[in-house]
Amino acid sequence: MKALSQKRRHPLAAIALLLMGLLLTGGLYAVATTVNEAKATTADFSASDTEEGGKLFAANCATCHGMGASGTKDGPSLVGVGAAAVDFQVGTGRMPMQMNGPQAYEKPAQFNDEQTRQLAAYVASLGPGPSIPAGELLDEKGNAAEGGELFRVNCAMCHNAAAAGGALTRGKFAPALTDVSGKHIYEAMVSGPQNMPVFNDANISPEGKRDIITFLKQIEANGSPGGADLGAIGPVSEGLFVWIAGLGVIIAFTIWLTSRTS
Amino acid sequence: MSAASTAEAPAYVANTKVGRITDFVDERVGGSGILREFGRKVFPDHWSFMFGEVALYSFVILLMSGTFLTFFFDPSMAETHYNGSYTPLKNVEMSVAFSSSLDISFDVRGGLFMRQVHHWAALLFVASLGVHMLRVFFTGAFRKPREMNWVVGGVLLILAMAEGFTGYSLPDDLLSGNGLRIIDGVIKSIPVIGTYISFFLFGGEFPGTLIISRLYTLHILLVPALILLMIVLHLFMVVVHKHTQYPGPGRNDGNVVGYPLGPVYAAKAGGFFFIVFGVIALMAGFFTINPIWNYGPYDPSPVSAGTQPDWYIGFVDGALRLMPGVIGDFHFEYVIFGHVLTLNVLLPALVPAGIIFTVLFMYPWIERWITKDNREHHVLDRPRNAPTRTAIGVAGFTWYCVMWAAAGSDLIATHFHVALNDVTYWLRALFFLGPIIAFVVTKRVALALQRKDREIALHGRETGRIVRLPHGEFIEVHAPLDEYKRYKLVGFESPVPLPAVPNEHGVVTRKENRRAKLSQWFFEDRVAPATPAELEAGHGHHEAVEAGEAQKTLSH
Repeated sequence: MKALSQKRRHPLAAIALLLMGLLLTGGLYAVATTVNEAKATTADFSASDTEEGGKLFAANCATCHGMGASGTKDGPSLVGVGAAAVDFQVGTGRMPMQMNGPQAYEKPAQFNDEQTRQLAAYVASLGPGPSIPAGELLDEKGNAAEGGELFRVNCAMCHNAAAAGGALTRGKFAPALTDVSGKHIYEAMVSGPQNMPVFNDANISPEGKRDIITFLKQIEANGSPGGADLGAIGPVSEGLFVWIAGLGVIIAFTIWLTSRTS
Repeated sequence: MSAASTAEAPAYVANTKVGRITDFVDERVGGSGILREFGRKVFPDHWSFMFGEVALYSFVILLMSGTFLTFFFDPSMAETHYNGSYTPLKNVEMSVAFSSSLDISFDVRGGLFMRQVHHWAALLFVASLGVHMLRVFFTGAFRKPREMNWVVGGVLLILAMAEGFTGYSLPDDLLSGNGLRIIDGVIKSIPVIGTYISFFLFGGEFPGTLIISRLYTLHILLVPALILLMIVLHLFMVVVHKHTQYPGPGRNDGNVVGYPLGPVYAAKAGGFFFIVFGVIALMAGFFTINPIWNYGPYDPSPVSAGTQPDWYIGFVDGALRLMPGVIGDFHFEYVIFGHVLTLNVLLPALVPAGIIFTVLFMYPWIERWITKDNREHHVLDRPRNAPTRTAIGVAGFTWYCVMWAAAGSDLIATHFHVALNDVTYWLRALFFLGPIIAFVVTKRVALALQRKDREIALHGRETGRIVRLPHGEFIEVHAPLDEYKRYKLVGFESPVPLPAVPNEHGVVTRKENRRAKLSQWFFEDRVAPATPAELEAGHGHHEAVEAGEAQKTLSH
């Protein structure tokens, strides 16, 4: 202790103090915050899962993502994308990708649940990343109204306020969110698949994400109170409908009404 | 019946009480005279003559459903928390206007149905108005004496758009708020005065707390009153001018062939009202329109993907979407004396609409000047028999449709799996090339149809029956047309170009030269109707027809 007090006027003391302060606050922040929650979720998976996943990965994914998922010019590195990304991409059939393009399309899943789990285990073992969400976040019992507000502010500009999807630049698009499981919606938010940004837990808290899922599931379950929704894509389909069906039927009637004389 | 004889003859006394009351009223208001006059108005029968009626009936339905909606709608922008039965919006902060629109949709009995009736009827109103105008244009019904009525119709179209847009904004949902924001941007792009107009309209910075109630006053008071006034003027002129008719045997500019209003046409028109009402009611009952609960309350921060105006404002939105922000290094935004001039908003928002409406209003006078045609026309042109006019119309319509399609560019991209950028590039090209291609193609198609008509008039209808002659030749038997059908194919005017004429000083003015050039352009490509002499020749045997063919009078 004496040595410490003697050296307090040492020229490097200030720098050492600053360093200590930074380390302490940084360390505390890392412990306290969940923003970049480094969930090494390998704990959820057994060693054999990881091993089987590695084999599946080498056989099905390594062509583009490289051996050890380190990435090639055809596919990005998957180190640190986490189990959530794999579960979303493989679970919705987007990966393996049908062909290279602006964006992967959803299609029937190519792997069964067990295999998807193994692939997720393997990729999660490569580096910490977002994990597959816990069941209580997906119970659809959040606050739909709050979720709706979050959805309109954060998601509607691409996915449309009625979650009917929308166009992005150069062939990219935000898909419609009907028939998407709550788990996949959650994983998409935390992993930012395709052209979607990541909504980490600081942007939207896990409870907020739960509210969004509740909102989406509730409007989907509500159906369309006003009758057929015409794709829920707004005035374009309404205009098309009135011109083709509305005027079409009326023209048929006008022809019928005047058919005796002409 | 002279005035003197009516005064002397109170001879008629009705037998029944009802009869006497009716007679009493009639002697004072002259109802039977009016009825006799109107009841004997003759309307020609053709399906394409009924679009104006559809528009009128849609408007009546709009008035009725709109009145219902005013009972429950509150145009206030005061903030409230929603407490109705739609749970996904429970306790969300919103304006009273949006909250009352939701209440109409979910808590007023029949409210959602009436809202949907009102909105579908509005879309149908403008659509039928547009189709009616296209019919009038392509058949040349805007010619003397109906030029003024054409202008009244154009004013009605603009009023209908204004009425539609003000109504679209009223629920104060996210979609309509986004639309208002675009209008605000367009207004602010007007040099110097734009900002002042915007602040005046919104009562301060957008969105303010006044705009919904102001639009409401316009929507339920001023604009509908103007529309009603214009409809009265329009129908008054229809009665004065009498109805036009398609060419046919026995029809000329001095008569109208058809059914009298009473009883035949009144019954048909009355029944047709209920057909239109029925179609709208079915649409409202089975198909959602403007699901405001999906869009949520307006808040200036969120903008939803797929934000579009209702179809009739679509072409302006499309023009805005087509406009590039920069072309290479060329910018469209300047700062002049501290005022920002944003041509990339101003040009697309105002110029195409300006051109469309200017040409639309002026067209009757433009054609009248070129053709020097000052006669009254009550017999319509078949579109093919006025190839240049038809081509101009289709070119304009194509231009409109390109902009219209551009308003849905994002949905074209997602639904046809193409890139949004490519859709925009193609539509930009079509914006300039589309009208030209449409003009050339339409004119050629019209001329080809005229040639086909001429061919049929001369040779008769192809029967599809092939006959082998004794010497081995095969011919197809052509059945001659009956007189009535042939009249339709040959009984039309086919004007020739009018060369420049010197004025009273013997000088051919530059303006007159221009007119002559336009007249040449208008009429140079023409297929003359078969003349009686040619028809006579056509009745002979096959060789004679071939000879007649050689005389075909094409002017070039």
